[in-house]
Amino acid sequence: MRQPVSDLRGSTRRLDRARGWLSTSAAWLVAIVWIVPLLYALWAAFHPSAFATKFVLNAPLTLANFVSAWQAAPFTRYFLNTTMLVAGVLGMQLVVCTLAAYAFACYEFLGKSALFALVLIQLMVMPEILLVRNYQTLTQLGLVDSLFGIGLPYFASAFAIFLLRQTFKTIPKELVEAAVMEGASSLQILRKVYIPLAKPTYLAFALVSVSYHWNNFLWPLVVSNSVESRPLTVGLQVFSSTDQGIDWSIITAATLLTSAPLLIGFLIFQRQFVQSFMRAGIK
Amino acid sequence: MVLLVGFTHFPAVATFIDSLMSTPRAGRAAVFVGMENYRVMLEDPIFWKSVMNNFWFAFITIPFSIGMSILMALWVNDKIAGRDFLRTAFFLPTVLPMIAVANIWIFFYTPGYGLVNQILQLFGFAGHNWLGEPNLVLGSVIVVAIWKEAGFFMIFYLAALQSLSPSYKEAAQIEGASAWYFFRRIQWPLLMPTTIFVLINALINAFRMVDHIIVMTKGGPDNASSLILFYLYEVGFKFWDQGYASVLTVVLLCILALVGLLQFFILDRRAHYQ
Repeated sequence: MRQPVSDLRGSTRRLDRARGWLSTSAAWLVAIVWIVPLLYALWAAFHPSAFATKFVLNAPLTLANFVSAWQAAPFTRYFLNTTMLVAGVLGMQLVVCTLAAYAFACYEFLGKSALFALVLIQLMVMPEILLVRNYQTLTQLGLVDSLFGIGLPYFASAFAIFLLRQTFKTIPKELVEAAVMEGASSLQILRKVYIPLAKPTYLAFALVSVSYHWNNFLWPLVVSNSVESRPLTVGLQVFSSTDQGIDWSIITAATLLTSAPLLIGFLIFQRQFVQSFMRAGIK
Repeated sequence: MVLLVGFTHFPAVATFIDSLMSTPRAGRAAVFVGMENYRVMLEDPIFWKSVMNNFWFAFITIPFSIGMSILMALWVNDKIAGRDFLRTAFFLPTVLPMIAVANIWIFFYTPGYGLVNQILQLFGFAGHNWLGEPNLVLGSVIVVAIWKEAGFFMIFYLAALQSLSPSYKEAAQIEGASAWYFFRRIQWPLLMPTTIFVLINALINAFRMVDHIIVMTKGGPDNASSLILFYLYEVGFKFWDQGYASVLTVVLLCILALVGLLQFFILDRRAHYQ
C-alpha cells in the first residue's frame, strides 16, 4: 500500500500546483473587476469627453474636465464644509466618548449596565435610521441646514464608547493606583494614564470615523439645503443630477475629486487603514 | 473630581445619547389617529414592494458578499503573487464614497454604450437597460452592494485567519488534506465567531444602504428597487408625511431589534461582549 500512496502524493502535488495557479488567476481576475470602476473613472476624467466611452490608446490626456467640474459647482466650499464637518465630528466624538468610556470603565454607579446597554443599542440603530425624528429635533433646535446640525447626532458614538471602554479596561490597575498615590486627580489620571495608553485605539477610531463621515450621505442630504452647509457627497449628487446632463467626463472628474483625499490617504497609509479597520472590527 | 466626571459628564452624555435614540413619535401620533397610519401602511402596495425588495436585497447580498470576502481573505492570507496589490484592490471600494462610485456604476449600466453592455456585445450578447428594466434593476444594485461590501468584510476574515495557529495548516498538510477539506473542516468552524459578527453587520447594512439607490435609481422604475429606508426617506422628505414615515421607522426599528435579539440570545453571546 505504501508505494501507491506516495505516487498519489506526487500527483496531488502537481494537481495542487495547477490549482494554485488557477486560484491565483482567479484572485487577479476578481481584483481587476474590483478596481475597474476606479480605473474607468481615471480614464474618463483624464481624457476629453469624446473618448469617455472609446478606449483607444492614443486618446489625448487633459485636465480640462477637472477644471470645468471645479468651476461648475462650488467645490471649494464643499471641500471646506466636509473638512470642517469631519474634523468637528471627530473632535467632539473624542471628547464626549472618552469621558463616557472612562465613566463606564472605571466607576461604579447605579444602573451602569442598563445605561451601557442603552448605549450599545446605537450600534444597531444608526442615527440615519431615525432620520425623520432627528430631523424634527433639529428643527426644534433651529439647527437644520447647518454643519453643526449635520454633525450633532454623531457626537456621542456608541462605537467609540464601546471601543474605548474595552481598551480602558485592559489598562492595569497598578498604573492607576500609582497615579493616585502621587495625588493625581481623576482627570489627570485620564489624561496621563488612560489616553496615552489607548493611542492605537484612538487612531483606529479616528480613521474609521473620518472615512465614515467623509462618505456619509443620507443624513447630510436631508439636513442640508444650501451651499453653505452641503458636504462634498451631497454637493456631488446635486451637481451630477441637475446641471450636467450626461457629460461623463466631468462627472467622473468631480467624482474623483470627491474621493481623492481619502483615496490618497488610503494608498499612503494603507497598512494603518487596514489594521485600524481590523482593530475596530475585532473589539 | 471623580464624582464630577462620573456623575456630571456621564449623565449628560447618556441623556444625549438617549435623546438621539428616542423612538419617533409614532406613539404620540397614534393617540390622535389611532392605528390609522399602520392601516395605511398595510394597505400600501409600495410599502410591501419595498419590504420584498429589501428582503431579496438582503437575501442575495449577504451570502454573496460574505462568500466573496472569505475567498478574498483566503487568497491574500496565502502566499500569492501580488498579495499587496490584491489586498489593496479588494479593500478599495470600502474607502470610496458610495455616492461617488454609484455615479461610475450608473455609467457602467448605461444602455447602449455603458461598459457592461459593451462587454456583452463583444461576446455577442444583447445589451440591457440594467437600471431601467424592473426585473433587472434590483440585481444591478445588488451587484454594487456586493462589490462595495466584500472588501470590508474581508478585513475581518483576514484578521481572524491570521490569528489561527499555523500548526493546523501543517497538520492538514501532513495528513494530505485537500484545501477544500481543510477549509470546510478546520477554517470554517474556527471562523464562526467572525462569520456571526460579519453576518450581523451585513444584516444591519442591508437595511441601511440606500445611498446608491438614491443616486442610481431613485427607487424606480416603478419602485422595483425601492428599499424600506429609501421609501422612508421618500415619504418623510419628498411627501413630508411625518406620521407615516414614523410608522415606517418603527418597522425598521423592529427589524433591527430582531437582528439584535438574534445576536444577543440565539447566537454566541460571549463572542463580543464581556
